Amino acid sequence: MNALQTVVDAVALGSLFALVAMGIALIFGVMRLVNFAHGELLTAGAYALFLTTELPLAVSIAVLFATVIAFALATEVAVRPLRAASPAAMLVTTFALSFLLQSVFLLVWGSQGDNAGILPELNRAADVGGLRIRWVTVASIGVGALLLVGTALLLNRTTIGLEMRAAAHDFRTARLLGVRTNRVIRFAFLLAGVLAAAATLMLVVQRPLVTPVYGFQLVIPALVGVVVGGLDRLTSATLGGFAVGFGTSVLGDVLPSDGRVFLPSVVFALVIVVLLARPSGLFTRARTVVERV
Amino acid sequence: MSRVRGISELAGPVLLLALVALAGSVASRSVALEFRSALVSATIVIALYVFVGNSGVVSFGHVSFVAVGAFAAGLVSVPEALKLSVSPELYPFIARAEVGNAASLAIAAAVGGVYAFLVGVPLMRLSGLAAGIATFAVLEITHNVLRNWPRIGPGAKTLSLVPETSGFLQVTIGAVAVAVIAFAYQRSRPGRLLRAAREDPAAAQGSGVNIHRQRLVAFTLSGALAGFGGGLLVHLLGSITTEQVYLDLTFITLAMLIIGGVSSLWGAVVGALLVSGLNSFLAEAEKGIGGLDLPTGARLVTLGTLMAAVLLFRPGGIVSRAQAPRVSPALARRLASLRPFARERAS
Repeated sequence: MNALQTVVDAVALGSLFALVAMGIALIFGVMRLVNFAHGELLTAGAYALFLTTELPLAVSIAVLFATVIAFALATEVAVRPLRAASPAAMLVTTFALSFLLQSVFLLVWGSQGDNAGILPELNRAADVGGLRIRWVTVASIGVGALLLVGTALLLNRTTIGLEMRAAAHDFRTARLLGVRTNRVIRFAFLLAGVLAAAATLMLVVQRPLVTPVYGFQLVIPALVGVVVGGLDRLTSATLGGFAVGFGTSVLGDVLPSDGRVFLPSVVFALVIVVLLARPSGLFTRARTVVERV
Repeated sequence: MSRVRGISELAGPVLLLALVALAGSVASRSVALEFRSALVSATIVIALYVFVGNSGVVSFGHVSFVAVGAFAAGLVSVPEALKLSVSPELYPFIARAEVGNAASLAIAAAVGGVYAFLVGVPLMRLSGLAAGIATFAVLEITHNVLRNWPRIGPGAKTLSLVPETSGFLQVTIGAVAVAVIAFAYQRSRPGRLLRAAREDPAAAQGSGVNIHRQRLVAFTLSGALAGFGGGLLVHLLGSITTEQVYLDLTFITLAMLIIGGVSSLWGAVVGALLVSGLNSFLAEAEKGIGGLDLPTGARLVTLGTLMAAVLLFRPGGIVSRAQAPRVSPALARRLASLRPFARERAS
């Protein structure tokens, strides 16, 4: 029974990381851009919830989605000059954007943390045959699965999805063939905004205390998950995010109590092993990839 | 001609470092510390440049080598009784070791180099994002172990009372020496082989370059220099905690390198000095000087805005043109037409 509880808790953390990983993977897929500032979408959304705690639930959620999508579209405008830049420059620029937004949050709200509690009833646990399952876990898995399926359908079954995949595969050729790449990129950021807003909602229910580094703390493990899982496909990247969350949670329970302080070391050592064994990702089909530096 | 230009590539940065040192040594006491710390930052950024600039692979892990260097130099400079009072479980060989200033810096460089070599043997097989994440994992592991293993260091406590020997002479000689080593390396055969591999891995490999070995050489050298930078840092501050050599330092040193320009020694030095200077100035302005009185937190916002702006509008860094290969525009166009998709593919 105890082992089952471990699995339930691990699934909860895994689905949270997976939601964040999905947004990062989407932008990477279209633009080849690792968006560190994705975390600040979550932070912005959480502050939006904090500012609207007095208002009715529907209004709060509407404000949340509006804020996060506005932030996502603003990010798109900001990174537009980067399209021809090297991957390293892109990476550090979004890191700088993330740092800038964090310092703005710090300037406005301070580092103490603000309580943005929402839907507290989701935090209650249901007792299923001795297992404690919080409703928010069920909701996270449900929302995550729904968004993953929805996004996958959108990418595979619609025209704009086809254009996004084309742009991801070969930006220049797609452009020559008449794909409106600017629109495609804007749409990808819009979608990432929707994903981030949904993730924020699930996150705030579980961790109501919002600080300037709120989203950033989650982006790091999610990004690790994206790379471990495999960047080139949405599903593999999302699964990677899930795997990192799941693994961290299980290891936290399995490690002896005096070794628990070394949990991050164990997790990151495993990450290195996976990267060495499968540089193109854990959940990608094995094939030889010519790495471009 | 090329020899003159070659020397100017070294003389420029060295002269700049010396000028900063000179300006700092005549400044008032409080400002002098800022100048010295800028020179230490420059040392660390040049160390980072040796690997990142020459190999084209981003490393988020170099602050690990700064950290082990700083703790190594700090621990061998502090009397045994003091070390044991901070961390009673320290291994005896660390507790008993006590050496002078120069030896402690040499130990810092050696520890940084050995650690980088051990990490580099497996990791240098990776490139691109996988390398970025793996080096970041090294940073996390180093921080986590240093913080929680009281037998090798002070753990989460502060190691204090380290002799503050990083005066102007020491940091200037240190920064210049590291710049000279970086220059010598990039002009050497291994340096050129690695730079060739950066430009075109397939062609370099085809010409017999062992990319893994060349990257490992650069990584080890760069780790040793970063460890040395850590030694200078601990002797500058007089105390150190694991938090001072972690994420913030990683970000700021990478930002310095990229703002200045990743692919030249000039870029590393200019970026480090410029960002340090700006950072110090804004910190003073927050306290209120000369009619300027910025609200607390404005420093980070200004710094972040400037970084983002430079990176967005000049992705190659401030001095990216200074050392651009001299190719006539006509030749550049012909080269481009030969490989129409090279740019897209690479991005």
